[in-house]
Amino acid sequence: MTTTAKVHTQTRSLSSAASSKTDTEAPLLNAMDISDLDFYYGKSHALHKIKMPIPKQRVTALIGPSGCGKSTFLRTLNRMNDHIDGAKVEGNVTLDGQDIYARGVDVVELRKRVGMVFQKPNPFPMSIYDNIAYGPRIHGVRNRKVLDELVERCLRGAALWDEVSGDLKRSAFSLSGGQQQRLCIARVLAVEPEVILMDEPCSALDPNSTFRIEQLIEDLASKYTIVIVTHNMQQAARVSHYTGFFLRGDLREYGQTSKIFTNPDDAETEAYVSGRFG
Amino acid sequence: MTTTTLHGGPSNVKARKATNILMLALCSMGAAVAIAALGLVLVYLVTNGIQSMSIGMLIHSANVMDPAQDGLKNAIVGTLILIGTASIIGLPIGILGGVYQVEASGKFASTVRFLTDVLNSIPSIVIGIFVYILVVVPVSKYANAHHLTNVSGYSAFAGGVALAILMIPTIMRTTEEILRLVPVALREGSLALGATRWRTMFSIVLPAAKSGIITGVMLALARIAGETAPLLFTAFGNNVFSTKLFQPIDSLPWSIFINATQPGVDSEAKAHAGALILILLIFSMSLITRYATRKSFMEDK
Repeated sequence: MTTTAKVHTQTRSLSSAASSKTDTEAPLLNAMDISDLDFYYGKSHALHKIKMPIPKQRVTALIGPSGCGKSTFLRTLNRMNDHIDGAKVEGNVTLDGQDIYARGVDVVELRKRVGMVFQKPNPFPMSIYDNIAYGPRIHGVRNRKVLDELVERCLRGAALWDEVSGDLKRSAFSLSGGQQQRLCIARVLAVEPEVILMDEPCSALDPNSTFRIEQLIEDLASKYTIVIVTHNMQQAARVSHYTGFFLRGDLREYGQTSKIFTNPDDAETEAYVSGRFG
Repeated sequence: MTTTTLHGGPSNVKARKATNILMLALCSMGAAVAIAALGLVLVYLVTNGIQSMSIGMLIHSANVMDPAQDGLKNAIVGTLILIGTASIIGLPIGILGGVYQVEASGKFASTVRFLTDVLNSIPSIVIGIFVYILVVVPVSKYANAHHLTNVSGYSAFAGGVALAILMIPTIMRTTEEILRLVPVALREGSLALGATRWRTMFSIVLPAAKSGIITGVMLALARIAGETAPLLFTAFGNNVFSTKLFQPIDSLPWSIFINATQPGVDSEAKAHAGALILILLIFSMSLITRYATRKSFMEDK
């Protein structure tokens, strides 16, 4: 396993906190299970028969060149594609064994359990406090004291508390890009999801902010199941336990991150992770 | 003289420069003519209006018997009541209709959008006749049948309905356009937290679009404040001070129209003063809008 060592020395120099991501113990459970998933945008067939588990309380990275379907796939996991005209889903996506596309599934309830962080930080045009409290409020939390505690806990959880605790009434737009993205993560934590989907959460951030978000992802993985789409191969290697490689709407290879990055079975996967295309 | 260019072809730089200057001059002239028209109207209104203005114009209602006691108070208050009534009816319908057009898709929604545009282009006097048939005649019949002497068919209410119908398409259209400008990311951020679509609309999207919508509303109000035709068969006009919803009511445009068509220096002066007051009213409405919406949460980065 000399190549593994090479990858890890590379990643350590970027993130001292990164530990070996080889998952030695078999994962206890799958938070989500996807099988035979087909997705269409009108006539265009964007995903073909995807089959993939999402292990519980692990970080799963989705990589692949632009337009390969990884973001589309991510958005099928909390039905964000429902709002797109002409989108059609076939196949099975289960959360704790329940089909999320079954008749009678409450999308609101699903999204409470499967939260999402977007590519560009998208704080609401309101104060920091109200941004975090928005989720709990829409789900019926009214008690001021409960909200205060929740806001503090989520800001601490997203490693933002120390920077903003002085003035929570400030507009969320006064924060830097990296802080805004951590605010968006805190906002997701506030609805207490089981799974957090992240769609290239660092692509609009500087390296320093990226580093902090990556640390945060590692911390969060002890409590939450995380699925992250990334264009950044090093990032996938640094933060994830499992990796899925998408190409032209197919899941070409899925496995432990250490295996995908050092000894992939698929030739195109190898070409991509070694930087020969993409 | 032909000079050679880098790629060896003949140079037409001079001709191109000349065209450039010509086009710039034409565009500037167009802008100048437009501004000049506005400027002339304003200068004419202000010079004539100020000569005719007096405190009496503001504190007295119309009085045909005594020019010293003649004024526009009833017209000013009437215009405000008409605008208020129109807003109470038109704002909720217009804004909710705009929200519908953003949220709904499909045949019905596009039909609604098309019909809104048609409504927007209907001459305002036609709206006036429509409201005359829809409101004035039935109310008048009802009042006669029940001997309600204090209820008239021609009324502030009927005028308000006519003005509301005029402002609804404008407000619907601007609301829709402003709402579409709100980034999809904001909407998705809220949906991804488990918010319903209406919750997302009313808690996130509408507040983010607030200042744009207010501007649209103010433009619509400014437009209806100066409408005369739809009031002819609805609010009618009233030479006595009135604030009653079901009585005829005076308004500035009406009063300007009546006075400008009467012989006599006093009437002419009153029309000029009325025009100045109307312009100032509309102008201050847009100033207040500017001031109130100068800073929104979206902008203070």
